Amino acid sequence: MKRHLLSAADLTRDDAELVLTTAAELRSLADRPIKKLPALRGRTVVNLFFEDSTRTRISFEAAAKRLSADVINFAAKGSSLSKGESLKDTALTLEAMGADAVVIRHSASGAPHRLAHSGWVRSSVVNAGDGTHEHPTQALLDAFTLWRHLGESKPSGLEGRRVAIVGDVLHSRVARSNALLLQTLGVDVTLVGPPTLLPVGVESWGVDTSYDLDAVLPKVDAVMMLRVQRERMQGGFFPTPREYSRRYGLDGRRMATLQDHTIVMHPGPMVRGMEITADVADSDRSVIVEQVTNGVAVRMAVLYLLLGGSENPE
Amino acid sequence: MPAAPSAQMGRTVLDARDIARALTRISHEILERNKGAGDLVLLGIPRRGVPLAHRIAARISSVEEYDVPVGSLDITMYRDDLRMKPARTLMHTEIPGDGIDGKVVVLVDDVLYSGRTIRAALDALNDVGRPRAVQLAVLVDRGHRELPIRADFVGKNLPTSVAERVSVRLSELDDDGDADSVSIVVPAPEDNGGTA
Repeated sequence: MKRHLLSAADLTRDDAELVLTTAAELRSLADRPIKKLPALRGRTVVNLFFEDSTRTRISFEAAAKRLSADVINFAAKGSSLSKGESLKDTALTLEAMGADAVVIRHSASGAPHRLAHSGWVRSSVVNAGDGTHEHPTQALLDAFTLWRHLGESKPSGLEGRRVAIVGDVLHSRVARSNALLLQTLGVDVTLVGPPTLLPVGVESWGVDTSYDLDAVLPKVDAVMMLRVQRERMQGGFFPTPREYSRRYGLDGRRMATLQDHTIVMHPGPMVRGMEITADVADSDRSVIVEQVTNGVAVRMAVLYLLLGGSENPE
Repeated sequence: MPAAPSAQMGRTVLDARDIARALTRISHEILERNKGAGDLVLLGIPRRGVPLAHRIAARISSVEEYDVPVGSLDITMYRDDLRMKPARTLMHTEIPGDGIDGKVVVLVDDVLYSGRTIRAALDALNDVGRPRAVQLAVLVDRGHRELPIRADFVGKNLPTSVAERVSVRLSELDDDGDADSVSIVVPAPEDNGGTA
């Protein structure tokens, strides 16, 4: 693995499979009385969150603590960032405090890349979501969840499986990271959404696209629903929420057209009644809660593989 | 640990039948010491300790007509040299369903050398539960301990020099067509020999 995890594209197939198999071993820790391993004792992980997040921040915090690392949480609200401090000055502060890893979420695409390659910090940088760009650990946990459910003994068993990613692909860093990672693992990805919510240049991603959800659903092994990110929208991407739900929402009727083994995923937070109805979200097919559990194991795997060994391999 | 090509050319100290006899003797010693198999749990240390633990369990069950719980205990994250090399791949940990609280845990490994692996295993056990007692069974004790640790059951004491490497091949893991063997290899000068 490289020193940083900035993009799902940084991961080779071997890297990705190593993360997934490591996560599989670490997941069993959740069943033990003492949910702690000493691997990162004495290391410091800083959670640097410039954007609101509950799931991801808590998940990274739990992962780092279970590996015995010290965790410093740094949220934009209530810190000097709200007084106008720049990313550079914040980074220099972290460096002075001796952070071994910085987990960063930022509303600007590319902020983690800047932090990693500017020379401001020596620590490993993990991208926990930057703007509409990428969210690689979410893609890893989605791949991990897929692997566990599609019942193969090795991650390479995901080869040839079909996954539909549905909804607001344009604003979704989750969709972009998933499209990259799942293709690396040999999964056939289809992006589904209204033309206005598919990004320009999506042809170059190497994935299939469709505007017709009903035609795609019966063919896939997993459906990943995306939240419509209205906070990132300036202008009309679709006429009304009602019309969006009717064409691209997953409801009980559409769920009935899925194959028996197909699972329903959602990276959260969900807007029930918009992209997914409550009966689907709470159904047996839904693995949404399990995705959260898997998130901790996958983030432990990432932190362990980035920090667990020597900084200067022989 | 993948064996170097020269490993096959080492001096064989134990062949398949020697290993089988040693494991049978260890199995009986475990039963004798613990007066039966009632509270036993065998935990192999990956990789080669795991098939050895299974073989010992099979022998115990054929004598006692009782299936001893067998598991595996990965010690990677408890190693004291974790930070000195790139992150290592984790091995499989599997604790038998009934846990280890109040049981007699027999750790099983192939080669006892510095004792650091066993120290790590004891730390790992600490996080899994509280056994009534912990014992150690090894196929080969090659000496050169760096910690105050000793084995309760030893297949063979093998005096070695630090420069030599002890190579254990087991048919479950090393499918190079050969049967089980333990051999001593003197590595080429650039090789930094030594297992476990």
